[in-house]
This record gives sequence, C-alpha cells and structure tokens, in this order.
Amino acid sequence: MLEGRVAFVTGGTRGIGAAISALLAKDGAHVAAGYNKGEETARQFKSTIEKNGASISVHQGRVDDPGDCQRVVQEVLDNFGRIDYLINNAGITIDKTVRKMTEEEWHQVLAVNLFGAFHMTKAVLEHMIGRGSGRVVNISSVIGETGNVGQANYAASKAGLFGFSKSLALEMAQRGITVNCVAPGFIETEMVAAIPKPALDKVIERIPQRRLGRPDEVARVVRFLIDDDSSYVTGAVYTVNGGLDM
Amino acid sequence: MTTSSLKGRVGIVTGGARGIGAAITSLLAADGATVIVMGLAPDRARTETLRASLNGAAKNIAFREGNVAHYEICKGVVEEVRVHYGQIDFLVNNAGITADHTVRNMTVEEWQAVLAVDLSGPFFMIKAVLEHMLERNYGRIVNISSVVGHTGNFGQAYYSSAKAGLMGLTKTVALETASRGITVNAVAPGFINTDMVAAMPKAAIEAAIQKSPERRLGQPEEVARVVRFLLDDSSGYITGAVYDVNGGLYM
Repeated sequence: MLEGRVAFVTGGTRGIGAAISALLAKDGAHVAAGYNKGEETARQFKSTIEKNGASISVHQGRVDDPGDCQRVVQEVLDNFGRIDYLINNAGITIDKTVRKMTEEEWHQVLAVNLFGAFHMTKAVLEHMIGRGSGRVVNISSVIGETGNVGQANYAASKAGLFGFSKSLALEMAQRGITVNCVAPGFIETEMVAAIPKPALDKVIERIPQRRLGRPDEVARVVRFLIDDDSSYVTGAVYTVNGGLDM
Repeated sequence: MTTSSLKGRVGIVTGGARGIGAAITSLLAADGATVIVMGLAPDRARTETLRASLNGAAKNIAFREGNVAHYEICKGVVEEVRVHYGQIDFLVNNAGITADHTVRNMTVEEWQAVLAVDLSGPFFMIKAVLEHMLERNYGRIVNISSVVGHTGNFGQAYYSSAKAGLMGLTKTVALETASRGITVNAVAPGFINTDMVAAMPKAAIEAAIQKSPERRLGQPEEVARVVRFLLDDSSGYITGAVYDVNGGLYM
C-alpha cells in the first residue's frame, strides 16, 4: 500500500526504529534506515528485511552533524528519487541527576534527540515543500510529558520535540505536509533493557497495564500517521504507553 | 495494513446514524463488524438510508432506539444487545447535542439537557457495558470528545464542559480497567463537515476555518479512521489517550 514511496527512518536499524522500518518496508515502501554505530547490526537488519522481499537501504551518519544529514538525504534522493516520510527516531540516553550531569552529557543528548530532528528536517524539507506533500513523525517519549528522575537531558529533548513538531506543523499546514509526534511509554528495547532490574520493576509497577510495550505497537501508530488519509491529523501527539501518563 | 479485520466483533455506536457517527458506523461495518446504531426515533430512518448506501455491509448494521440521557434506557439497550448478539466488544460514545448560547443567556435547563446527553450519556453507556467487558477481559471504548474540550468556545460553555469532562472520564475509566484487557480512549475532532457544524452561523464557520491552520473543515471519514484504529485488536497498548484530528487547530 506504500508502493513507490520512500521513508527515511533515523536510528532505523534498532529498537523501535527497526520495528518502524520493518513495518513500512513490509507495506511496500522503500525504507532508508539511518544508523550511527553498529554497522554489523545494520547489515544484518538489512539482510533480514530483504529476505522478506522488502526494499531497504542503510545509511551511516550522525544526526547531530548537519553535514551528515544533508549527505545521507542527498544519497537517498539520488538513489531513490524522493522522500515521502521522515521518521525522526534516533535517540540516546545518558542518565544522571542534574547535580551530577555534566554540560557535555546535557549537550550530547540534546544534540542527538532534538537537534538531530531539526537537522534532518532541514535537510529534507525543501524537497517535501517542492512536492507539496510529506509526512514528518517525531518519536518523542512519555518522559517528555512527565519528566523522570535522572533524565533531565532526555526529558528536555523529548519535550522539546513537542514544541518543534507543533511549530513545524503550523508552518507546513497549507503545504500538504503533516508533522506529528508519537510518544511511547516504556518499550521492550535495548534502551529499556539497560535500566537496572529493580528500577525497571518499579517502572512496570507504575504502568497501569503492568507491562512494557512492544516496538511493533509503536510502529503501527507511526504507520497510521503517515497514511495519505491522515492528512487532517497534524500537530498532534499520539501516545502509546499502556496508560502511564495519566 | 496495521489493522486486523473486525469480522466477528460486535459493538454499539451511539448517535451512529448521523454526522461523524454515520461515518464511524459505515467504516466499522465495511470492515466486518456488526454495528448497533443507538439513537432517537428519527435515527431509525437515517440508519435505513445508511444501510441502503452500503450494499454489502448493510446486513452488518442494526438499529436500537434509546436516549443515552437515561441510565435505565442505556442498561436496557445494552442488555438486549448483549443477549441478542452474545457479546459486545466495543462501544463508541459519539452521541452529542449542542444548544449554543453564551453563559449569560443560557438557562439551567439547557445546561442540564446538554450535559445529560454529552457527558452523562457516555458514563451511563460505559456503566451499562462494563461488567460484561470485565467478565470477558476484553473491550474497546472510544469517546468522541472535541477540540472545544481543550480550548473552550464562545457560546459553547456546556458543550466544551461536556467534552472536557469526557477526557477526564476517559482517563479515569482507562486507569480502572487497565489491567483487564479494556482500553478507553478519546478522539477529539476539530470542526468537521457535519449537520452540527452546518447549523453554526455562517460567520462562525468562516471564522473556524480561518483559525484552522489547514484552512478547511475535516471530513467525518477522517475522524472515523482514527476511531477504527483505536478499536483494533492490536491497539491494546493505547489507553487513556486523547487522539486529536483537527487540522492543527489545537496544539
């Protein structure tokens, strides 16, 4: 159903990003999956997707480097002719309380999670405006709504994405481009697996549904938002968190 | 796509014969669900018209008369549907009325009449269906709220109160049922091309369009598909959410 379409998914070879890439590729889009580290993981992911007969390419680059963003976007445009969907999914955590957090640790997380979305959007926006259509989905987080002890940098970056999405949605509202956020709760990924077990158990206790979400449960919300028929949904935040933010 | 078929699923759409409700009924029936439209007497004929427009899916749509403003009536309709069809998988609280006046000019009776349908109605319907859903450890409830529940609107104190109230009701029932296989969510449409909006003064509609970043009204189908998405079996991790579909009108 997405035949002929091209999606760019940052951080698209791991975690939630991998589920998004897999779903969009399965639905017929060509997926350009960005990654920074983990070349072997990216190569394996590519071959898994291709084994299912879907179309995917992987692109190394840093979203916190504007030059890299322009380069990979150009790579995709040169090879596949268009970018219909940009999914800003790449994200990192460096968890420390504010007292212990260094300036460098603050900057690193902001640079990837928030500035990265800006750089990627800048790189692809003129192309979307030129075509009069596009979908941008920013993967935020429940932490952007609620905050979290030890995650000031992450929470600020994810809350920042709400403001970024809404401003861009307003600027693009009459140009056929929608911009939305998906805000997942705690999802079964490497990022969440890195949380120490006692802390993770406490998190699960706080989730009304008493379970972690699965990456595919987030991916389908992204899939819904990029649909041609979702054009009246813009500037929205679609949560998928098992009830965690109430 | 990312949705499974609704074949074998049974549910009630209140106010499902008109406006956004009719679009929801059509979409769910076309996807294989059995949809019971609950409405007032004139909605019977509207449901017939809707069925006639649907060809293949027409047999999936039934009508039950009842005013959601009365708990005993809600209980009666839900019980009859449950016995007749053996199950109720989903409930879409869509029925709503307006009676626009500024607070200065609004009567107490008008306030009570609108709140009874738009807010108490969903509560009554949820209460009527909840035990059954809890027994089965499965249910999908979607409440149709409105952008004016976020923003308020001149001349719509009761409507915006009811619609904001629905968001609170949604989240509370979501919390109370979270570990029981039941999800409860709200969809908050902007100004949609329906009879209700057409009844607004022309200048007010123009103003709403001008305020809307996309500079257009939404179509009922654009709301219906959000409801459809939330009703899906695979949407089990989405609960207590408010999904906006408003062309950017409220951010």
